[in-house]
Amino acid sequence: MSVSTHADQSAGRDGAAADGNTPPSARPTPVFLERLRKILPQIGWTLLSVGTFALIWEILWVAGVADPKLLPPPHVFLGDFADQAKFFNTAQRWQIGVSESSGPSPWQAVMITVLSSAMRVFVGISIASILALSVGTAIRYWVAVERLTLPTITLLSPVSPIAWLPVAIFLFGIGNAPAIFMVVIALFFHMTIATINHIDGVNRNLINVARTMGATKYQIYRRVIIPAILPGVFVILRLNLFGAWMVVLIAESTGVGYGLGQVIMLARNTFNPSLVFFCIALIGLLGFTTDWLMRMTQKRVLYWVNDPSGVLRGL
Amino acid sequence: MDSEAKAAPDGPAVSCRGVGKIWAAGTARAHEALKGIDLDVEPGEFVVLLGPSGCGKSTLLYLMAGLEKQTAGVVDYFGDPVTAPSPDRSLIFQETSLFPWLSVWENVSFGLQIRGDSEPERRDAAKQVLRRVGLAEVGTKRPDELSGGMRQRVAVARALAMRPRLLLMDEPFAALDVQTRQKMQDFLLDVWRESAASVVFVTHHIDEAIALADRVCVFTARPGRIKEIVPVDLPRPRDPFAPESEALRRQLTALLKDEVDRAFAEQEGLLEVG
Ligand SMILES: Nc1ncnc2c1ncn2[C@@H]1O[C@H](COP(=O)(O)OP(=O)(O)O)[C@@H](O)[C@H]1O
Ligand SMILES: [Mg+2]
Repeated sequence: MSVSTHADQSAGRDGAAADGNTPPSARPTPVFLERLRKILPQIGWTLLSVGTFALIWEILWVAGVADPKLLPPPHVFLGDFADQAKFFNTAQRWQIGVSESSGPSPWQAVMITVLSSAMRVFVGISIASILALSVGTAIRYWVAVERLTLPTITLLSPVSPIAWLPVAIFLFGIGNAPAIFMVVIALFFHMTIATINHIDGVNRNLINVARTMGATKYQIYRRVIIPAILPGVFVILRLNLFGAWMVVLIAESTGVGYGLGQVIMLARNTFNPSLVFFCIALIGLLGFTTDWLMRMTQKRVLYWVNDPSGVLRGL
Repeated sequence: MDSEAKAAPDGPAVSCRGVGKIWAAGTARAHEALKGIDLDVEPGEFVVLLGPSGCGKSTLLYLMAGLEKQTAGVVDYFGDPVTAPSPDRSLIFQETSLFPWLSVWENVSFGLQIRGDSEPERRDAAKQVLRRVGLAEVGTKRPDELSGGMRQRVAVARALAMRPRLLLMDEPFAALDVQTRQKMQDFLLDVWRESAASVVFVTHHIDEAIALADRVCVFTARPGRIKEIVPVDLPRPRDPFAPESEALRRQLTALLKDEVDRAFAEQEGLLEVG
């Protein structure tokens, strides 16, 4: 990786020594190119990894080991995009008076489906995070809140979100709301308890510094405890992302309207392996994108946390 | 600094009378950390607390800071009992206690923000204090970009920004290498002379005590009691190899050795019983 831009960081190791030896600044590279140079190898390795996997699959198909009716190779299920996309079609063509050819193009249909699932996950995550942070903090801030809510939260947290599915439908019928509700349920309890645990684990010295500076309880929470717990709570959020996607697919498969989960259910019921693998590829891509977005968010919002991935690489 | 000139009543800055602390008092885990501490710290004085680890030095600092409540005796600060923490008494810890999400200057002006100062005021104050500790250039860096010695200097700057009349320091240089530690001791003496604040400095390092102290309080092993108060009447900067320093080193080593032996014996006794 390139070292040139970070030379100034190490130059300040000791206050006195910093003055003399400012490094001769390297030719300034545009930020964009710099970044591209960093992520290009990453993209290359990702493509190589996925490509190798697909190649093995294709070879198995050529060799006749993989039955194309059950395990259609990538070129089959990715090949005819329009053919797959027709199952994503959200136009209500079956209705009387709607023309056969109306409705969105194949690309649009897939995008609408994928984005509506992603939107449910995103809204659910946002609501769950804000709710869990507020409730968890309130539990530690006011003893009365703890006494009133913590027992219930502790009792409900081990309940699988799937058990909440009927409740979601009773409460919200069909549409976006029950799917979002499911995401919130899947994340809320874990994140609330994680918030409480992280509050208890905040370095006492940091709190004591604030106390000696005359900070009030509110100031200690706002200026010390909340920033101190954010990285840990964010990790819990990232770990539960998978769960959020899972419950959204399940909620959609029970018929909350269009969505990836509904298409998968359709593929299963009509025994369409190509469509199943197409959906799996889409979900993989989505999960990858979501995790990438989360890491970008982490870098932005939690700028002081060093990314520890790869620290063991030098071994 | 002029803040102490206007309000320096006669009498000691800190006065401890019969101070005791029992942690978790009244429970099965109760244990006595401090017992019968009588100690006065004069305004502008540099007092070092020296003792084996676990003898209650940190506990005494916490009591003086007002972070914990003693279970016996009184702790007065300029004549008034200590009841709560105050920006006038700053505590500096051994481990890094800088806020990792704030830049250096934001860390330094944290107390000013708590107090409600405006941002330009805080920037000015931070710049001034950082210059005093020789870190004028690093204001916009984050703590994890600094070396250990620089971080402790920032912690000192953060304490100084509140213009305290009492600096409580809990083994602040213990994690530093020997060379850095010596630099930091010189630096601390400069800062102390300039600010005219009183300092209570905890260490288990005899050489550090000799380099810094006006008086060294040697503690007994648990429960911590003051075994002896040794005045150090040597001009600063002190030569660690001067005969007077050697004599002090011998005296303090002898005083400490008994206590470390006792602490070990007690731990072994505990092991046998348990
Ligand atoms: N917050 C606390 N709760 C209970 N016991 C404590 C606490 N802090 C310190 N102690 C105990 O008090 C004794 C003295 O500790 P401390 O003041 O940290 O010693 P020192 O700083 O001299 O090494 C030790 O036995 C320690 O276990
Ligand atoms: Mg200690």
